[in-house]
Amino acid sequence: MLFRFAAAAALIFAGAASSLSAQSVRVNGAGASFPFPLYATWTQAFSQQNSGVRIDYQSTGSGAGIRAFIDRTVDFAGSDAEMTQEQMDSVEGGLVVIPATAGKVVLAYNLPDVGELRLPRSVYPEIFRGAITRWNDERIVAANPGVTLPDMQITVVRRSDGAGTNFIFTNHLSAIDEAFASEIGVGTTVQWPNLANFVGAPRNDGVMATTMQTPGALGYVEYGFARMSNTPMAMLENASGEFILPSNDAGTLALSSGDFSGDELFVYVTDPSDPGAYPITSMTWMLFYRNHGDPQVAEALRNFVTWAMDDGQAMAAELNYVPLPDAVKESNRAKIAEIQ
Amino acid sequence: MRSSDKGADKAGVITRPPSAGELLANRVFRGAAYGVGAATLLLLAFIIVVIGGEALPAMVREGFGFLGRAVWSPGRGEFGIAAEIWGTLYSSILALIIAGVFGVAIAIFLTQDFLPGKVAVVFRTIIEMLAAIPSVVYGLWGIFVVIPAIRPTANWLHDSFGWFPPFSTSMGGPGLAPAVIVLAIMVLPTVAAISQDALRLIPYKVKEAAYGMGTTRWEAIVKVMLPTASGGIFASLVLGFGRALGETMALAMIIGNANQISWSLFAPANTLAALLASTFPEAGDIERGALMYAAVVLLALTLVVNMLGVLVMQFTSRQTVN
Repeated sequence: MLFRFAAAAALIFAGAASSLSAQSVRVNGAGASFPFPLYATWTQAFSQQNSGVRIDYQSTGSGAGIRAFIDRTVDFAGSDAEMTQEQMDSVEGGLVVIPATAGKVVLAYNLPDVGELRLPRSVYPEIFRGAITRWNDERIVAANPGVTLPDMQITVVRRSDGAGTNFIFTNHLSAIDEAFASEIGVGTTVQWPNLANFVGAPRNDGVMATTMQTPGALGYVEYGFARMSNTPMAMLENASGEFILPSNDAGTLALSSGDFSGDELFVYVTDPSDPGAYPITSMTWMLFYRNHGDPQVAEALRNFVTWAMDDGQAMAAELNYVPLPDAVKESNRAKIAEIQ
Repeated sequence: MRSSDKGADKAGVITRPPSAGELLANRVFRGAAYGVGAATLLLLAFIIVVIGGEALPAMVREGFGFLGRAVWSPGRGEFGIAAEIWGTLYSSILALIIAGVFGVAIAIFLTQDFLPGKVAVVFRTIIEMLAAIPSVVYGLWGIFVVIPAIRPTANWLHDSFGWFPPFSTSMGGPGLAPAVIVLAIMVLPTVAAISQDALRLIPYKVKEAAYGMGTTRWEAIVKVMLPTASGGIFASLVLGFGRALGETMALAMIIGNANQISWSLFAPANTLAALLASTFPEAGDIERGALMYAAVVLLALTLVVNMLGVLVMQFTSRQTVN
């Protein structure tokens, strides 16, 4: 009698549990920290609009995200840098790569009396290579007629932690400057010159704070951080010889000069050709399993990305990310169906 | 035998054999104490095995050259922590000297009847509150207060005494000097609190005896109180040094994180803990191994410092007994 009662109770509980899981799908993602503010807004808005689906994204860094993705401890991952062939091969169930948004790396500077600073493409890689160390260097002065540049050391503020921002920035500098490519190279962590005028600070906010506190500082950060702290940003010379101030439109122009027709999973626009393009613009990607194993989660992810390509792109601009050009959105729609 | 039985039967006796319940409680408590003690050791062993295991491939690949190179470039597979070892020791030793001088002075001030008892308690509480401030807050304070405050002095020192190696570079922003100042303040409560305990533990009659022999207050403190408390004061310095070696977040924010070895106080430097904290999240597999190797080195460094501390403490306490 007691046994029968217990069995009935167990059945009821089991039934309740399964109907509960049918209603609520939990999806976990982790990875790149740079798009985190946008992804957090997206997942929150999407979870609110779709009752029964809850998506969480943790900002752990691209490297940790890729590791978690290979270990299958998450349902999707975010990354600012491409995966190695070895990493791609070790993903069980196949890989779908979807560019979700894009960001710009800007050069923020701390020169109280300089309202507008132009940095030619022959100059700024030299500063980050340690070859130009003073603000009144004749090459900087020549590009800024009418501006009085102080006789002051350039304190280069760089990221001290491994970061997708480093990758985007060094990828661009290496593309336009051979000396930079051979001396420093590309990576999420690189060996910067061992000079006393190079200081490292952790994360975007650390670089921003150090730049704001150090007269004569020049630091590279994600656009949103410089924008929110109202720090002046340098105008950079692009491949067409135009000096471009960072803006969302200039970022979209940079992306639209990329070629997204090929089979490459990770496409970079390291040196955009459009005359109005801001030169340091790069996409950030979401990684999905071709065969996730749980059809409910796969369906939730397909709906989520479809929504992100549509309504989500408007939110991107509000949060200072670059809205994707139509060509990219189009190719993404085809890829979304592959998430199973 | 019989007499003890009789005694147990009488009400109000003082002695009786422990009851079964008390015996059980005793056994359980003893078991739990042994168990917790063993668990602590096991946990330490487990940490060493896991970190050592992950570090082993990097140790084999990099060898001892890892300790002598000052480069960190995962893209090229070049790793070395000479600069971090240098920065860790340089910053910790300087911070310990500052914190040691101030900490011991505070301990003397608060325990040798310079202040009424209640005021001393207030002082003591304030200093101990320094230990409760989160590391990140110290880091922010370093960026927004310490660096701008010392920049003019630092640059004047560089302009006037640039030939002196510690002043050989000008100060742009983050660097060793602000890191040392912040680190010293973070270590201060540890040094001050334990030194105070050591001074307070000296029996009052020792001081009375010193005064009785006609010493001045200064002589009593320097020649009697400090030597008697030297074991405890030394322990406070060792603990403070251990804390300085492992301090992470504040240093990662203000030391400048540069892989270079320099005598200059105003140049950016790096520490092992800061390197681990800043590069770990984005590290690839090979870099992770190298970071684990760096963690092993930090662990060994801390262990050696603590063991040296214990040895010196035994040596000094033996001397004071004589």
